[in-house]
Amino acid sequence: MAGQPKSVRGTPLEAKDLHGGKTFTTSYVPRIYYAWDTGEAIGRYLEELKQGRLIARFCHRCQRTMIPPRMFCERCFRANDDWVYVQDTGRVNTFSLCYVSWDVQRLEEPEIPAVIEIDGATPGTGIMHKLGNVNPKDVRVGMRVRAVWKPAAERTGSITDIAYFEPMEEGGKGGAAKARPAKRSRG
Amino acid sequence: MKKVKKTRAVVAAPVAPPQRAAAPAPTRASGVWPGSIPLESFYTAGLGGQIFFQALKERGELVGTRCKGCKQVYVPARVFCERCFVELNEQVKVKAEGTLASFTFSFYDRDGARLGEPLVLGLVKLEGATTVLLHRLLKVGDPARVRIGARVKAVIKPKAERVGSILDIEGFVLAQAG
Amino acid sequence: MGMRRVAVVGAGMTKFMRRALETPKELAWQASKAALDSCELYLEDMDGVVLGTAPDAFDGLHMKGEYLSDGCGGWKKPYLRCYVGGGTGVYAIAQAWFHVASGLFDTALVVCEEKMSSCLPHPQAAFLTIFDNITEQPLKPNLLWIFALEQNRYMSRHGITNEEIARVAVKNKRNALDHPSAQLGAKLTVKEVLASEIMAWPVHRLMVSPTSDGAAAVVLAAEDVARGLTDKPIWIQGVGWCLDTAYWTNRDLYYPEYVEKAAWMAYRMAGVREPRKEINIAEPYDPFAYKELHHLEGLQLAPKGKAPQLLADGVFDRDGDLPACPSGGLLGVGNPIAAAGTMKICELFWQLRGEAGKRQVPGKPKRGVAQAWGDLMQVGTVVVMGTE
Repeated sequence: MAGQPKSVRGTPLEAKDLHGGKTFTTSYVPRIYYAWDTGEAIGRYLEELKQGRLIARFCHRCQRTMIPPRMFCERCFRANDDWVYVQDTGRVNTFSLCYVSWDVQRLEEPEIPAVIEIDGATPGTGIMHKLGNVNPKDVRVGMRVRAVWKPAAERTGSITDIAYFEPMEEGGKGGAAKARPAKRSRG
Repeated sequence: MKKVKKTRAVVAAPVAPPQRAAAPAPTRASGVWPGSIPLESFYTAGLGGQIFFQALKERGELVGTRCKGCKQVYVPARVFCERCFVELNEQVKVKAEGTLASFTFSFYDRDGARLGEPLVLGLVKLEGATTVLLHRLLKVGDPARVRIGARVKAVIKPKAERVGSILDIEGFVLAQAG
Repeated sequence: MGMRRVAVVGAGMTKFMRRALETPKELAWQASKAALDSCELYLEDMDGVVLGTAPDAFDGLHMKGEYLSDGCGGWKKPYLRCYVGGGTGVYAIAQAWFHVASGLFDTALVVCEEKMSSCLPHPQAAFLTIFDNITEQPLKPNLLWIFALEQNRYMSRHGITNEEIARVAVKNKRNALDHPSAQLGAKLTVKEVLASEIMAWPVHRLMVSPTSDGAAAVVLAAEDVARGLTDKPIWIQGVGWCLDTAYWTNRDLYYPEYVEKAAWMAYRMAGVREPRKEINIAEPYDPFAYKELHHLEGLQLAPKGKAPQLLADGVFDRDGDLPACPSGGLLGVGNPIAAAGTMKICELFWQLRGEAGKRQVPGKPKRGVAQAWGDLMQVGTVVVMGTE
């Protein structure tokens, strides 16, 4: 029997077909709750976020400073070596202006997700966050940005302890919101 | 067996060493992060389901489909035979009664809480079907009367209460003294 | 390599729809039956079954592989479920390929199915879980972010405009008008695509493939069996797959290295040295318009950053030098996650046999490449098929 089938099966339904009792349906809301262990690396990451700092891990073999931190290097597959503080400033690697929320609601003002390459980490190494305090029209790839931290009393040990990243002039310094401890080089 | 060639570890050219952070404070190394996955699942009954639930809702009947080649009657109705894969077009009305292929008394609910009265479940082989149907056993007086092979009858809700759901069958009761 | 040659001998699929009446099991059966009927084989002729389907969360069915098994002909047969994001639709063919190439099976049925309409409020919400649960989900991201971020990076690195990207949507939706299963075939202009609402800049609504319900299936057979079944077996000449790190913010998204690696794995197996010359027809994965261009470059069918120019020159049109997505792609036919890639395999099967009807590309193509992609901007899965 040569050739693609002459007809294809499938019974499309319109949204309205689901009401009126002709199409039989059931629904189910699964109760799925989790208690995830944060692990060594992210556990420390979150603790440092609560203190108003960003921390990374360093691999001697690859000579990479990695954020988010991880206890093993996924490239050379060995346990990596050191905890390293990095700065809370960086450069926008890419961004978007999103007018749709996670549950498909239309937004008036766009959210501005971005990948921000963090100063002090290996170039090209970034984290995802949102930009704020900026006109969406002014956002550019390559823009310098700094973290805007929530006040210490509001920080809980979460990535949202950084409220957003805002634009910063070239050569500017970070830590605008709160004074941070200076980098230490013990151990 | 082929010998695996060992590759030499490549160490990257050193870059200026970053300033090391302090060793972790002696608190617990990991915490717990709570989360959930918010979802609602919505199911259509499908082609086979439409046949079965339509018959149940409109006429209070239990309908299956027959595969002649495999000598099977599938209840609830299906549109294809899983064994030989042909399309099934012959509908068969089966009796709303049959025998227990198996049963259980469940003393816990789905969340693990103890039930006051056990929930009794049965696998019912309806007369005329080759499949068994899972449903509740109702009004179980003496548990000893619940036996494999016992005759059971379906209790079907009145038409006004039927919506086209498996719960249009209230459950099954043991047929007369046996 | 000591392996047997394997051919695709049959193919079938359902309509791709926003919302199907059929249960997932019924969709799988419709596609599987169509594939078996197309080569006049029966279920008992299949030695094994491979199923590809995305996470249980979409169809809302735990142990979905087991649930789907009877619709895939898996009853009392060796049965394998595989999943690698959207890459599944092509990956499942590779999985079934080694079932047969190894000599363990003479025939295999490959089925990919998805019913995304079961997931409320919108299947998009289930995608939330691709983001890291601890370091990213608290930001309440959505799937659009990650595509928009990648598209912006691609555009920014190469200076590509949204007009150039919109052309992909125009081409594919128009091609889809000739596909019997298509969900979103349409005649559009670049202007209309860019006038559609901005979802997450630079992504416009008409640049996004839909969520879909549907299934597709193919039948594979070892060489001696295949030759007895048809005078036009389509050989699987090469397979490749490759996964990149889940740390997606630590890599440059402008170029899919993992697609390149998967492609070379398949090309090497197929003996292809100059893909741009030796591949006659391509079905790259196009969940978003820019993705087709991104992937054509990863597949070595366009130099980095140059795919948009080749598209504008008509190279990738159905009657161009190297037709890309003559099926209409995901943008036009639809995107039931796992089934979408298999739709591309079906397309190459029909095209290489000269049986694609109104979609047939001219010039008797001899070799084609199908590629799928998925996960966290991570996986490339590639299959090279040919008439020899």
